[in-house]
Amino acid sequence: MEILTIVLALALLAVVIGVISAPLRGAAKRGATDGDRSHGSDPSPELSELEAAREAKYREIRDAELDFRTGKLSPEDYEAIDGALRAEALEILERIARAGGEAPGVENSAARGG
Amino acid sequence: MADLGRICLLLALLVCVYGIGASVYGARSGRVEFSDSGRRAVYALAIILTVAFAVLEIAFLRDDFAFNTVADTSSRTTPAFYRAAAVWSSQEGSLLLWAWLLSLWSSLALFLVRRRMREVAAYATAVLLGFGAFFIALMIFYATPFATTSPTPAEGVGLDPLLRFPTMMIHPPMLYSGYTLCTIPFAFAMGALLARRVDADWIRATRRFAFAAWLFLGVGILLGARWSYAELGWGGYWGWDAVENASLMPWLTGTAFLHSLMIQEKRGMLKVWNVSLVLATGTLAIMGTFLVRSGILNSIHAFGGATLGVPFVTLIAVLIAGSIYLVVSRREMLRSEHRIDSLLSRESIFLANNVVLVGLCFVIFWGTYFPLISEALTGHEASVGPPWFDRYTVPLALLLVLLSGIGPVIAWRRATLANARRNLVAPTLVALIALVSLLGAGLSGKPFAIAMFCCAAFVLGSIGQEFFRGARARRAMSGEPAPVALLALVRRNRRRYGGYIVHVGIAVLFVGVAASSSFQHASEVGLSPGKSTHVGAYKVTYVRPTATVTPRNDVAHTGSTLSLGALLDVSKRGHHVATLRPSQGYYDSGEPSQGSVGHLIGGQAVSHISMSGGVTRDVWTAIAPNISTPALQRIVTVGNRTLPPDEAEVAIGFLARAYLKDPPPAQFHLIVSPLVMWIWIGGAIVFGGGLIAIWPAPSAVRRRVAMRSRARAAHGLARA
Repeated sequence: MEILTIVLALALLAVVIGVISAPLRGAAKRGATDGDRSHGSDPSPELSELEAAREAKYREIRDAELDFRTGKLSPEDYEAIDGALRAEALEILERIARAGGEAPGVENSAARGG
Repeated sequence: MADLGRICLLLALLVCVYGIGASVYGARSGRVEFSDSGRRAVYALAIILTVAFAVLEIAFLRDDFAFNTVADTSSRTTPAFYRAAAVWSSQEGSLLLWAWLLSLWSSLALFLVRRRMREVAAYATAVLLGFGAFFIALMIFYATPFATTSPTPAEGVGLDPLLRFPTMMIHPPMLYSGYTLCTIPFAFAMGALLARRVDADWIRATRRFAFAAWLFLGVGILLGARWSYAELGWGGYWGWDAVENASLMPWLTGTAFLHSLMIQEKRGMLKVWNVSLVLATGTLAIMGTFLVRSGILNSIHAFGGATLGVPFVTLIAVLIAGSIYLVVSRREMLRSEHRIDSLLSRESIFLANNVVLVGLCFVIFWGTYFPLISEALTGHEASVGPPWFDRYTVPLALLLVLLSGIGPVIAWRRATLANARRNLVAPTLVALIALVSLLGAGLSGKPFAIAMFCCAAFVLGSIGQEFFRGARARRAMSGEPAPVALLALVRRNRRRYGGYIVHVGIAVLFVGVAASSSFQHASEVGLSPGKSTHVGAYKVTYVRPTATVTPRNDVAHTGSTLSLGALLDVSKRGHHVATLRPSQGYYDSGEPSQGSVGHLIGGQAVSHISMSGGVTRDVWTAIAPNISTPALQRIVTVGNRTLPPDEAEVAIGFLARAYLKDPPPAQFHLIVSPLVMWIWIGGAIVFGGGLIAIWPAPSAVRRRVAMRSRARAAHGLARA
């Protein structure tokens, strides 16, 4: 085996070990407790799910408005669907707030009377 | 350097095994540092396989024939571009390309979700590394790209002449990118099921990769069709070849998934259906990879030599069994949150569209694997050809195009009959105008083609109406000029309007398919110089023969030793239309037993077609010169007897001059196909629409939209 091959292989091995072990070395250095290891600064699974549901609901509200403006929904149907979607969206926002996430503007908008 | 390649493979396998263990442990114990280490194992795998790929690529570019793969698929006379791309022309090199692309796409996907869905991502990492370990193990134990021979051969066999075309060299990387991208939603679906987190989050995270897989697969399929049409000598773009079908099936299920996931996002419905589609798409992608290496089916695409059938069948069985087990065991949490409100809704149309797509996939699956099943059951191999496929796929394709025009004009959740009728008037009118025009032009003999043209016109009318009404609504709100309103409309609703553009592209593509397959004129005729024939409305005259000698002068730039062809004049009603130059390339066989002159042209002869393409029609020609005449064969025989190998090219020059001086009649295959170009244009439109749909909105725009939506949602509650 050529010397160059050995050198390159060892260099590659060093890089691989460095890349893979970085989180383990970091955790050891922080001396993290068992309770902290599973959360860090990442959102909780429930919060992530609610945020995904929120984005989908916003998109549904916009789609319904676009459907109405392009003549696919009658005014009566649009009003019913839009009302239902907004209520569902607010429920999600409230659940986000309870789960500790950001849901600004709900109380303020309501207090201003819309 | 082959040793470095082998070390890379061993290291890669160890990294995969470690990564699987670390990821699973991290997921089960909640220890984030192990999940992160597992994710980083994927990054490390990408680094290692990049080095391995570079080693093999350098070997090809340096003509290092000590590598068996290089000696078997390259040569000093193979043009540089094809030498660089020949890496993936062999079984071994293509496995390395597959694994490398898998590592790259997996790294990107896991990097993008590194701060979300940790438990799901950890299991997904294990699945992706499992795929990586499988392919690397194949390379270590069955088909290594780094096998070497000593002593080193002086020259290689050369690249298969059939592969010496630009589109054919780009086609595998695009197709493999599609296949490997299909494994990412698969892995995340498995991860979501294993972690019991089958919610909207994993859909949101993997939707873009599912779309990217669909895009790359589609481009790969189109490139393959283009290669077949523009390079092979049979004049067609789709032959229902087993490997073509194998790439189409995951594309069909992927298309179904992209539609039905919108229903899950909005209504929390079809969870079992969606997760099954994703798992089926990933499994079909592996089956597509398996087909070319199994030796069980006949195909122009199949790799010769050792088969990898048993390991692949084992993997596919594990994938199917694992998928079924997980879906059945998690069925309670996959229950739909809502039901479809109305049969007259976009949800219903999407569902119908899904049924048609899956039905198409089933038909193609049956027709592709039927020979194998038949042989297993009866002992006799049965063949299923294009007429069988056409009989069942054409009606389904018509239905698919029709639904793609109906869906955009129907509202989500529910639409009234009056509204639906009103929205369908304009598209129906456009379809009727198309029908009357076609019948008036005398095109009545092909009902399926006429039906497809009308359905496509319906789609164009429907989508055109959507853009018009959307821009008008935008203008009413913002007062912008029409072009600005249109752009803003698309920019703010990329998924919807990008999808509409995709529908337009599909309709255009099917118009090209219907026209070119139903109204084609073809003939096969022998001609001598000066003689003419007619094909369709065109007159084709064989003006004179052509010839080039030596790989350096090969006009097709594919390295052929000798190229014989013809200059053809194409005219219509006395007016010159095009000059075509079809030729046939003869390549070095590398077989000394054929003689010093014979081996120079004794390899596989490959047709280089010549074509005049246009928006209304293509005129396509291929030639099969006759070099078996006694006069020409005498030159080869005498040359074999009298010329040493280093002077044999002189005889090739004599052969060419003799052919030019007294050319025997040549066989010509002539085709006039209407609207073929619209297949490629339609494909480009699909690609453009897909890019628009997948492109993320700028983050500032996303924040503004989210804030406005929050305020409006709150306003609605305050009003109530």
